[in-house]
Amino acid sequence: MKIHADAGRCVGAGMCALTAPELFDQSEEDGTVLVLRAEPSTAQEATARRAVQVCPSGALSIS
Amino acid sequence: MDQATPPPVTLTLSRETPLDPPAALGRWREESPLRPMAYADGHMGWLATGHAVVRAVLADPRFSARAEHLHPALPEQKRRMSVVSSTPGFFLREDPPEHTRFRRLLTGQFTVRRMKALEPRIEKITSDMLDAMEAAGPPADLVRDFALPIPSLVICELLGVPYADHDRFQRDSSALLSFDSTAEQFAQAIRSLMGYLRGLVERRREEPDDGLISGLLSTGELTDDEVTGVAVLLLIAGHETTANMLALGTYTLLGEPEQLAALRKDPSLIDTAVEELLRYLTIVHLGPIRTALEDAEIGGRLVKAGQSVTLSLSAADRDPAKFGEPDTLDVGREAPGHVAFGHGIHQCLGQQLARVEMRIGYLALLNRFPGLSLAVPREEVVMRSNSAIYGVQRLPVTW
Repeated sequence: MKIHADAGRCVGAGMCALTAPELFDQSEEDGTVLVLRAEPSTAQEATARRAVQVCPSGALSIS
Repeated sequence: MDQATPPPVTLTLSRETPLDPPAALGRWREESPLRPMAYADGHMGWLATGHAVVRAVLADPRFSARAEHLHPALPEQKRRMSVVSSTPGFFLREDPPEHTRFRRLLTGQFTVRRMKALEPRIEKITSDMLDAMEAAGPPADLVRDFALPIPSLVICELLGVPYADHDRFQRDSSALLSFDSTAEQFAQAIRSLMGYLRGLVERRREEPDDGLISGLLSTGELTDDEVTGVAVLLLIAGHETTANMLALGTYTLLGEPEQLAALRKDPSLIDTAVEELLRYLTIVHLGPIRTALEDAEIGGRLVKAGQSVTLSLSAADRDPAKFGEPDTLDVGREAPGHVAFGHGIHQCLGQQLARVEMRIGYLALLNRFPGLSLAVPREEVVMRSNSAIYGVQRLPVTW
């Protein structure tokens, strides 16, 4: 699994950093998404999917 | 367009039971999660009550949040729309790229990390309020003595607004959200609040502090009028919403002894409890409204360019297609994806602050008063039915 983040679409709601803090953080400057780990471990895949699902702006995707 | 279009309805806010959305919304959702609705100005638009369609519209760039496109769902909404559309900095009512310009300047201030850093300060404010309640002795009005001052103090400190002026802006923002306000009272409240914050913006230009208003001014990207508009929006949003969740959430828990006992026994449930109370109560019980900028096929129906769609967040959060036993409160429920904070690019900017305030607030209150209970019969608690944000007027409690 690979996580893709489009910082241009991100609205900084923080849902990813709240849902999966081990995978996502937010920029100190403008609060937009920072991917900490683009290739989650097998154990982290479910959380990654959940983070993608709750993202309000559609900035996250997985392949 | 596979289904026959059901007849139009008119929106109601009137509830049969205080904690559940109007029963009609549930029936309509079952029949058709997106259906025609007659608006208060004669416009024929739509009402969305299903979780999936509400999310879809809120995430769809073909739908605009701009005030000039909106039709009022209720007669009481008509007068506020003209005021809101003419206020610079009300980015809640802007589309990209204008919306993005404002939101980008603010999101860095409300990150999960920054809100976490505020925890010690919020704990202190909360414990000071509880000390004062305890010293004064029971009964107390939980709204006046706890639920309103905590978020109000926090947002004041964040913005750099003197809390000493709280009587003034609490009165104004309450009048702005109430559908009982006359056109005159509404206009007066917005003038008063804008005037007050405009004065403060000018003062912060001369004497900056470390609050958000000074921070916005220092970017040089916004005019004084825009900073004033943003400050009005954040001040109202920052205290009316969490205040109602704290008080209404407490009222809800006191009526669910098993759920309350579970939370008292295992405080680590607080994270799911907060999300569940947000879902179950979804206090933004009217709107938001979006308008199609072009013809849009959505939820199997064709929304034509220019038509407004009212998104019922409270009905969406009780959708059985999304949440099992949606009308049951379960503080241990793990069901992400409620829309209590909205969805899409306008999803609540301050939601991480609200979560911290609720987590700290509920737990501190329950810890301090193991015998917390209502000081009046449950049915005597008066609801804020006629306000854009649902809640209780007062919550007399004893311990």
